[in-house]
Amino acid sequence: MQFFIPNNCRLINKAWFIFFALGLSAAPVFADGPSGVTNIFKTYSTPARAIANYTILILAVCAVIFVIVTGLLFYTVARFRHRRGDDGREPAQVYGSNQIELAWTVIPILIVFVLSLVTARTIAEVQNAGPPSKALKVTVVGHQWWWEIRYPDLNIVTANELHVPVSETAQPRPSFLSLESADVAHSFWVPQLAGKTDVIPNRDNRMWIEPTTPGTYLGNCAEYCGTQHARMLIRVIVHPAGEFEKWAAAQQSDAGNDAQAKAGRDVFFSTSCVNCHTIKGTEARGKFGPDLTHLMSRQTLGSGAALNTPEEVRAWVRNPQSLKQGCYMPDMQLTDEEMDQLVRYLLTLN
Amino acid sequence: MGAANPEIPLTRPLVSPSIVTRLHALVVTVDHKKLGLMYISSALFFLVVAGLMASVIRLQLAVPNSNVVAPDTFNRLFTVHGTAMVFFVGMPIVAGLSNYLVPLMIGARDMAFPRLNAFGFWMFLFGAVLLYFSYIGAPGMSGHGSAPDVGWFAYAPLTGRAFSRGNSTDYWTLSLLVSGIGSLASATNVIATVFSMRCKGMTLMRMPLFVWMMVVVSGMMLVALPPLTAAQIMLLVDRYLGGNFFNTQAGGSAVLWQHFFWIFGHPEVYILMIPGFACASEIIPVFSRKPIFGYSAMVGATTMIAFVSMGVWAHHMFSVGMTSVGNTFFMVSTMMISVPTGIKIFNWLATMYGGKIRFELPMLCCLAFLFQFLIAGLTGIMLAAVPLDWQLTDSYFVVAHFHYVLIGGMLFCIFGGIYYWFPKATGRMLNRKLGLWHVALFFIGFHLTFDTMHIPGLLGMPRRIYTYDAGRGWNTLNLITSIGVIFQIAGIACLALNILISLRKGSKAGDDPWDAWTLEWATTSPPPEYNFETVPVVRSARPLWDLKHPEDPDWKYE
Repeated sequence: MQFFIPNNCRLINKAWFIFFALGLSAAPVFADGPSGVTNIFKTYSTPARAIANYTILILAVCAVIFVIVTGLLFYTVARFRHRRGDDGREPAQVYGSNQIELAWTVIPILIVFVLSLVTARTIAEVQNAGPPSKALKVTVVGHQWWWEIRYPDLNIVTANELHVPVSETAQPRPSFLSLESADVAHSFWVPQLAGKTDVIPNRDNRMWIEPTTPGTYLGNCAEYCGTQHARMLIRVIVHPAGEFEKWAAAQQSDAGNDAQAKAGRDVFFSTSCVNCHTIKGTEARGKFGPDLTHLMSRQTLGSGAALNTPEEVRAWVRNPQSLKQGCYMPDMQLTDEEMDQLVRYLLTLN
Repeated sequence: MGAANPEIPLTRPLVSPSIVTRLHALVVTVDHKKLGLMYISSALFFLVVAGLMASVIRLQLAVPNSNVVAPDTFNRLFTVHGTAMVFFVGMPIVAGLSNYLVPLMIGARDMAFPRLNAFGFWMFLFGAVLLYFSYIGAPGMSGHGSAPDVGWFAYAPLTGRAFSRGNSTDYWTLSLLVSGIGSLASATNVIATVFSMRCKGMTLMRMPLFVWMMVVVSGMMLVALPPLTAAQIMLLVDRYLGGNFFNTQAGGSAVLWQHFFWIFGHPEVYILMIPGFACASEIIPVFSRKPIFGYSAMVGATTMIAFVSMGVWAHHMFSVGMTSVGNTFFMVSTMMISVPTGIKIFNWLATMYGGKIRFELPMLCCLAFLFQFLIAGLTGIMLAAVPLDWQLTDSYFVVAHFHYVLIGGMLFCIFGGIYYWFPKATGRMLNRKLGLWHVALFFIGFHLTFDTMHIPGLLGMPRRIYTYDAGRGWNTLNLITSIGVIFQIAGIACLALNILISLRKGSKAGDDPWDAWTLEWATTSPPPEYNFETVPVVRSARPLWDLKHPEDPDWKYE
């Protein structure tokens, strides 16, 4: 039989492409440690893993339906195409069949029924888990366009980078996050650790992660929240056993008071920096911007807008709008000398 | 025209009327066919405009850290693109098709309320102009912003006075309020027309499926649009009269807006999609040379989609922190929709089965639709699966999914409809060669763009970001996605060219170029202002089949 029209060959190629692509992204390419590619199938945390395992089932059901229905479609088109040399008579006029209609009503209902049961189970498994006594409690506050991260039990406030301990089979330590917003709706999404949960003002949302491999995990704000929604990135740093306590102890200390940076310190405290930023152990107690007490311990500036290097710190303070156009930090119009002094001071905040 | 000019021109006037006269005739017309074509041509115009906006979006996202447009410009682009595509392309296409075809298909001489019909069109056009005028008008009035930049579903409290200064959000609100009134007028009209103006013998169960589906869609509009209108008014009250419905700083609820918006927004998806089904349900039988398989099952499935679609809205909100019971309810109701939708796909397949399928342009579009809509439905099931949705919602996977529904599903059907009914509306055929170029290029472009777009979503790419860093694995995929746009533009250019050329030089169509069966093919192409010289009498769902096959008419089997 001559293979029918070329238009449909293209359809077949596309179908293969989709499945190839899905298969590619589903394959666990690296066995250890997270990379920058936040594949939802390459999971490192209990809730994300539960979702990924459940997804395999959904994908399998969808793939079977896809193969059957496209098979029927292609078969029908090929078999019943209008042929050259046709006698020109109309085909038999068939109006329908109640038995057949019943069949393709009942079978999908059964499929939906099974899928619903499995789904309900996974929803409950992920959503209804309560915090065990050893769980770390963290409050994440979304701001336009950065994350405030508070550890109420540890008396730590930091920004944009969530530090948590690894959870091991012998010593499970999940982290439970309370999600709050200071302004508009955001959404907390670190794909390899858990699904997303929206961060909505005037509403208490909760989620949990239980990372099982140390490393740095990337994520984004996933709900459109205004101008710099794109530059509202999240980093989750999962510490190996014992390391988290060290990090926490360092964060609990007050800011250093390096005598050599006094000139820059004076610049900081004589401008309106103090209105927005807190530096623990000083009179700077602003709440509008990120806490700067241990600024230099963080990996990025401006919620992922730039890497945290001395050059970028200077570029950021010189003109925040050039790195993150539309953000709420103004250019303070400092002289070059003041800039040098201020940056020197900021670099001591480690 | 219309009532003011009752005499029927039997011969062409010797001098063609001046442009002013012709424009005046358009402005004052109450003829359902003229209004229908005006709806469709404005929709196609906004399709091009909003499509070009999408091209700029894709240009910006083609490579990481690109600076083609500023962040705020980008945010305005996707807001206006989304709003325009849904309200000023999708909705008027629906209104245009139903306006043009419903009276012809039921053997009526016009809509029930011709003036209301004209009113609806002008309200829609005013709303559309208002949205685009915000680019000029909003900054002039207050010095802040220009076009709205809150996203097409405009989540609170980003739309509040504290976060959206100036008038851009007000333009968005008012343009939807105004065009919503137009849509309600048009929906009321379709329902009244169908229930009171069918020709003799046309019982409800003998109406073409197209008419059935347009009635259902109109009913859905009457239920779904008021919550949107209410929400817009509440937003205006918040912004100007000190209300606190959505003002979270004063105890208002951000989630309340989401409920209001999506209880409109999800039925809206079906309001846009069912007219696509309506075109497919006319085209597939004619080009398979068989009646639709399971007519009454199709009617039932459409009605069931309409009812169930009213109870699924919160599947847009699985990540807002509803209880597990709430999530489960909306998961089940959403998955239930796949049952009637599946019935439809199977009925279309069964219609083709045993037929003699002719690969004319309308049918090619519908075949592509069947394939693409199946995929869109399956990704829909994935998104209904709550735990998976926690990963996929608000990611590029969702963007790919709903573009698959609205382009791969609805727009391909609309293309089919254009190829199918263009000869009726103009008296001339569209050129087949250019048409094949259009369908092929658009098909390739569509798949390059939207097949690829699913994957960045699986790799954690959120929607509505104006840029992204290299190293997240999104670069190549975004580049391919953007390259597809070039093919889509080329395809649409072929369609536009085809329409312009064929309007003047296309081969003559005759009354019934496709050997079809519904009443619109019984009159001349284009139909006279009064549609039918004598109002037809029908005895079955396929009156022209009965005429052409007196030895084996449909009514024998009813």
